[in-house]
Amino acid sequence: MNAHPQQRHLEESASFDAGVLEYIRQATQCGLYEIRGMGAKRRLPTFDDLVFLTASASRYPLEGYREQCSSRTVLGTRFAERPIELEIPVTIAGMSFGSLSASAKDALGRAASEMGTSTTTGDGGMTPEERRSSKTLVYQCLPSRYGFNPDDLRQADAVEIVIGQGAKPGGGGMLLGQKVSPRVAGMRTLPEGIDQRSACRHPDWTGPDDLAIKIQELREITDWEIPVYVKMGATRVFDDVKLAVKAGADVVVIDGMQGGTAATQHIYIEHAGIPTLAALPQAVAALEEMDMLGEVGLIISGGIRTGADVAKALALGADAVSIGQAALIALGCNNRCHHDGNDWVDVDDDYGQLETAPGFCHHCHSGRCPVGIATQDPDLERRLLPEVAAAWVKNYLQVLAMEVTTMARACGKSDVHHLEREDLVALTVESAAMAGVPLAGTSWIPGAD
Amino acid sequence: MTASRDFDLAEMSVRELNEFLHRELPELVDVSQGASIHDDDPLTRINVFNPNGGHSIAAGLDCAVEVEIHGHAGYFIAGMNKQARVTVHGNVGWSVAENMMSGEVRVKGHASESAAASMHGGLAVIEGDASSRCGISLKGGRVVVAGNVGHFSAFMAQAGTMIVCGDAGANLGDSLYEAVIYVGGKIHGLGADAREEPMETSDVEAVRSLLSEADVEGDPETFRRVASARSLYHWNADAHQEY
Ligand code: SF4
Repeated sequence: MNAHPQQRHLEESASFDAGVLEYIRQATQCGLYEIRGMGAKRRLPTFDDLVFLTASASRYPLEGYREQCSSRTVLGTRFAERPIELEIPVTIAGMSFGSLSASAKDALGRAASEMGTSTTTGDGGMTPEERRSSKTLVYQCLPSRYGFNPDDLRQADAVEIVIGQGAKPGGGGMLLGQKVSPRVAGMRTLPEGIDQRSACRHPDWTGPDDLAIKIQELREITDWEIPVYVKMGATRVFDDVKLAVKAGADVVVIDGMQGGTAATQHIYIEHAGIPTLAALPQAVAALEEMDMLGEVGLIISGGIRTGADVAKALALGADAVSIGQAALIALGCNNRCHHDGNDWVDVDDDYGQLETAPGFCHHCHSGRCPVGIATQDPDLERRLLPEVAAAWVKNYLQVLAMEVTTMARACGKSDVHHLEREDLVALTVESAAMAGVPLAGTSWIPGAD
Repeated sequence: MTASRDFDLAEMSVRELNEFLHRELPELVDVSQGASIHDDDPLTRINVFNPNGGHSIAAGLDCAVEVEIHGHAGYFIAGMNKQARVTVHGNVGWSVAENMMSGEVRVKGHASESAAASMHGGLAVIEGDASSRCGISLKGGRVVVAGNVGHFSAFMAQAGTMIVCGDAGANLGDSLYEAVIYVGGKIHGLGADAREEPMETSDVEAVRSLLSEADVEGDPETFRRVASARSLYHWNADAHQEY
């Protein structure tokens, strides 16, 4: 006799859970791997696994509201005549015009300028809108060299050689045809509407010895005035940072595996690279070994969301952080509504047409962004009003800055850059090992000599 | 009248030379006609002696001037050039004329890898051979190689024209977009999505005109045309890497 359905014991397989079943079903139906936007969705050790040991009897705090705590951040002092000077240690990461709408780039520039920080171009070159709206603009030199030219290089405040990014280290890039509008195609010298590939290797140099000569060329072209950043996805971080420093970088940018993208293969997003928490201490160790801590700037990115994340990154040795996905969310990414200047307009149905829902969207690759951020469709782009969205991002950056200074004061620091590893402990054994800080309540650092 | 000025890299650094070329030279040259802003004797020629394999010589120029480099030079010579006519009387290392926007770069000897990489405009002439990946990521302009080119030349070339009077190595034009390649000698193999196409009258005329502009000898009637089959423009999962 069959058991009553309510009495059946149904056990989901740990190996073949619902997600894996869906993955295999998709593969059988499409014969194609998944391409999507945003970053890793899997659970990873993060900065959430660390907490601060704020002041008590053994440490003396600063008064939270009235005593000054500086967040001024200077990057690129090693060789450049004009280092980057920022009011806050939070920068906007490179995101291309093409993957993002011109309005989104414009809004990010306005917000960053208001808060005294920098934005970064992306694959596809520099738009006049972002140059106008960004007081401090970092110009990316990517393998594709789409739109790369000496005039824009000379009007940049820094140049960033991109070797890789956290979402797809070693993977190159792609912009699917639906986003290759006439303007995007023109900037990239490509036919309109084609699936556009961004190379994974630079065309004019290969190994680290060549990189040193490439950096020298960029310095010569800009008369040694602006800093040269080198950005890498977090894989073999210790060795990679040493090579970048040896090649002459002023600033090294490390992008952990939580870093986002507009479009790449799911397998890269979830299975390549190491978490930001694990990457940062390796980068710091490399700089320490070369006696370059403080001389070569260090920016960390990949899943930075809160003022707490920023404070913990600084305490572990970063000079600044870079945000991408969080900045998009501040622009309204995954919002149920967009704002038309007067009122909120529900776009739940548009998410539905993408077979997703607000809060779950990662469909930047589709070009059908319901809130006008990751699109080149003029009708959709109009859903993002740069002046309105810039105010949201500015508020968000302001909160991050306030939280960092608040935490720094509570640790007794008058400068956010005085936060140090000694201010942190870990809540889990794995995060203690990755971050190189003691497990809370102990003096044990797993893996330390 | 033509005024020239000599620089000796045995006596000064590349950085000092480039700073002069970027900061002072434009003040001394009328960029439109070569007439001096300041006097009647326009500065139109720069001679660079003892390059000694130095890198980035004459990189980042934006000025209508002739630069003559007397000897062998290193990587990134005349990188990102605009307007200037740069001639190297010798061989060069990697990536000569990379990202050139306009003007002309001429190498009297041979060029190492990635010559004219990512070039957007202007004319690059290699009178000897060019190594692998010549014209990689080409975005416009004209590249003329009097000798042979190595493998993977014109890889992912997007726009512009490349002429190879000698032989082309394996994987020529791999993943080509809209750039067109003409080869006078033997082709050792085409890359993914590159195909040979019939030479039309307009192609013969294009080769004739470009050879003449580059002052390179060759019989345009003997060249073959290579362009993109455009089968990779839209990604095909069923290709199983059989490109
Ligand atoms: S809402 Fe727009 S920006 Fe956000 S994940 Fe979806 S498509 Fe991308």
